Order: sequence, then C-alpha cells, then structure tokens
Amino acid sequence: MHWDVISNNFSYFLIGAYPQGPLGGLAMSILLALGGIFGAFWLGLLIGLMRISKSRFCRIFALVYTEIIRGTPLLMVIFWFYFLAPIAFGHTLPEAESALIALIVFTSAYIAEIVRAGIESLPKGQSEAARGTGLSRLQAMRYVILPQALFNMIPSFVNQFVSLTKDTSLAFIIGVNELTKAATQVNNRTLNAPTEIFITIAVLYFIICYVLTALSRRLEKRINRYQARDR
Amino acid sequence: MSYTVDFGLVLNEPYREWILQGLGVTLQISAVSIVLSLLLGTIIAVFRLSRVKPLVWFSLAFTEFFRNTPLLVQIFFWYFGSHAVLPDVVNKWLYRQDFEFAAGVIALTVYTSAFIAEEIRSGVFAIPKTQLEASRACGLSFLQAMGYVILPQAFRIVIPPLISQFLNLIKNSSLVMTIGVMDLTYMARQIEAHTFHGFEAFTVATAIYLTISLIVSYTINLYNKRVLRVASH
Repeated sequence: MHWDVISNNFSYFLIGAYPQGPLGGLAMSILLALGGIFGAFWLGLLIGLMRISKSRFCRIFALVYTEIIRGTPLLMVIFWFYFLAPIAFGHTLPEAESALIALIVFTSAYIAEIVRAGIESLPKGQSEAARGTGLSRLQAMRYVILPQALFNMIPSFVNQFVSLTKDTSLAFIIGVNELTKAATQVNNRTLNAPTEIFITIAVLYFIICYVLTALSRRLEKRINRYQARDR
Repeated sequence: MSYTVDFGLVLNEPYREWILQGLGVTLQISAVSIVLSLLLGTIIAVFRLSRVKPLVWFSLAFTEFFRNTPLLVQIFFWYFGSHAVLPDVVNKWLYRQDFEFAAGVIALTVYTSAFIAEEIRSGVFAIPKTQLEASRACGLSFLQAMGYVILPQAFRIVIPPLISQFLNLIKNSSLVMTIGVMDLTYMARQIEAHTFHGFEAFTVATAIYLTISLIVSYTINLYNKRVLRVASH
C-alpha cells in the first residue's frame, strides 16, 4: 500500500492549491454545498408556497417544476445548464457557477416538497384561527404557519443538505475543482494508489455526512418530544 | 457566433441510433443492478434484524458508510481501486467481463442496497411484533419465520418505497458514464462532442429519463390507490 501518496497530498485534498493557487478540494465542496442549500432554501420555499397557493397557474407551474426536476438525474440538470448558458448568454458560464445553479435548481424541487408537506402537516385549526383573528392570508402564513412548519422541517432540511453534499461530487464532471476532482487529479498523477486515494476521499465525505445525519436524528427526536409535550 | 437550436439533428440518423443504444445500456445496467441490489439489500436487512451481534454491526456499518458517501466516489473506487480489496479470482473473472459495466453494476448495487436495506427494515418494523413471536411459538426458526411470515408481509408495505429506490437507481445510473459505460448520458455527451449541439442532445436524454420516471411514479400511485387501500380493509 502507498499511504504516503495520501499524506503528501492531504492538504491538496482539503483546500486545493489555496494560498498559492485557486481554492479547491474539500473546502470547495463545502462551499458549493453551503451556497447550494442557501439558494435552494429560498427557491424551494417559493416553489413550495406556489404549490399550495390559490392561483391555479402558480399551482400548476410549481407541480410541473417539481415533477420535471425530481424525474431527472442531477447529472442531466448539470449538463443542461452547462450547455444552456452559451445559448442564453452567448458565452459559457464558469464551471463552478454553472454547477452551483444546477445544484440550486435541482435541490429546490426537493425542498419545495418538504415545505409543502411541512405546511400541510400542520393542524388546519392553526391557519383558521390565524385568519379568524383578522390576519390576512399572507400574514397568517408569515407569522403563524411558516414559523411552526419550518421548525418541524429542520431535520428534513439537514437530510437534504447531506444529499446535496454528496451531490456536489457531480460538479467534477464539468470540471469544477472540488474534492472528487482533486482525487482524480492525484490519481492520474501518481497511478499507483487508486484504492488508498478513493478510500480517503470516501472517508472525508463520510465524516461530514455522518455527523450531519447524526445531528438530524437528534434534532428529530427533540422535535418529536417537543411536539408531544402536552398531549 | 449565433447558435441555432436544431432538434432534427439529434432525432435523425445516425444520432437517433446512438440515443437508442444508450437507452438500451441504461435499461440493461439498471435491470441487473435492481435485481442484485434487492438481493443484497434483503440480506443486509435480515442481518440487521438478527440477534447475532457481529452481523448487526456489519450491517449497521454497511448502511451508514454507503449511504453517507457520494455514489460517484464509490463508482471510482470500484473502477480504479477494487483490485486491492477483492480476491484475485474475482478480479480475474471481472477483467474477463466488460469491466466498466461490471464496476458500474457493483457500485450501483452496493449503493442502492444500503438504501433498500433501510426500507425493508422499516417495513419489517411496521409488522406487529406478535407476528414474529407467534411464528416462533409455532416452532419456526428465525429464518423460517422471516422467510414465510414476516418478509412476505413487509414486502407488500415496502413495494412503493422500493420502487422509488429503483427509480433513483435508474437516475443514478447516469453516473456510470464517468467510467466509460456507454449509457444514455454517455451517448448524449458523444453527440455533443460530434455536433456541438449539447443542448438538444441533453434535452432529448432528459426527456427520456423523465418519461421513465413519470411512468414509474404513475405506477406507484396506482399501486398505492388499488392495493394498499384493499389491504387496509
């Protein structure tokens, strides 16, 4: 076994060539995941609300959006945006931005479903009472429904973030400098330690995802306990 | 330079043939992996439910590890690095086959079986505990009770989530293009390389994936409506 390959390149796996060169490696993966979840949260919230809105057009648009995105492999969405950009803007987008947009669009469809399910799982009395006290539909949503629903959704959001973190590895395919790309670069350069390299990479991803999964399980337990407090 | 969108190019020969060939490979690799991952997933789930501690730990480690690492990294691992962890006989046998395809199948199988094991486990938990106790009391062994009483009932509950896992597998199979399996995504990429019309090629490929997904999810809904409602009576 050639574990020295790993120790020689470990900082490259973590931050790429950063102080001297561009940021890469695991740091880039995490940045993509954080940017992705931030964008996907707002877009997903919007689509999720459209899904339950009164306007028929909004409902149908949101339904078609989620069904199309959830029925397509992420890789297709990534390629699609990568090749759409030259048509739409006349020039190619940088790979990282193109991948980030694809990740946001892809994840937002799943977030929208979480948001819809979270809102629909609240007792109907909540919105009726809020409307009964004189709040408008928008105010009831903003001050009564969403604060409760979003709180209940936290574990699902964390799970979605775990999926997203794993999905950032696909950005490698259009050439973004992230952890998987770093691994294939080192593998192509050294050639003698593929097993060691890919085990290391898998463990790095695993640490992040497992910690988050464990966190989401604990949150879920706490939220369940909190909801059962006075029943 | 202006770009004209031209779907006719992709939908006519020779590229139509490429797309169909790619679709064939996608369906083939998915079918093989679905069968194998169902088998492996069931075994892992039974391990998890058994009383033998090492088996429980193994299955726990298996599901946690493979669910929490990206499929792409796993594909690379099986493609580039499997020779160091698999026995020599298996390696030689694999190299005599279509190795890209085999590595793709292994990666998809192992990844999906971790999810399937979890689905089956939660399906088994949904069966009242008295079922197992009653069948054990009738004199069945643990394996017999699982095989004849618990699993048949559990499978009926887990069929919809299992099918959506299979659907995920079909979508995930697009990743095997990275190791050179000539599936639908790979062919779309090839068409892009030959014609520079990547947008059209990927739109057509997306439409095909979408059609498969919609048919499958329509089937699940139908099943949920018909079978599960009958079963709940």
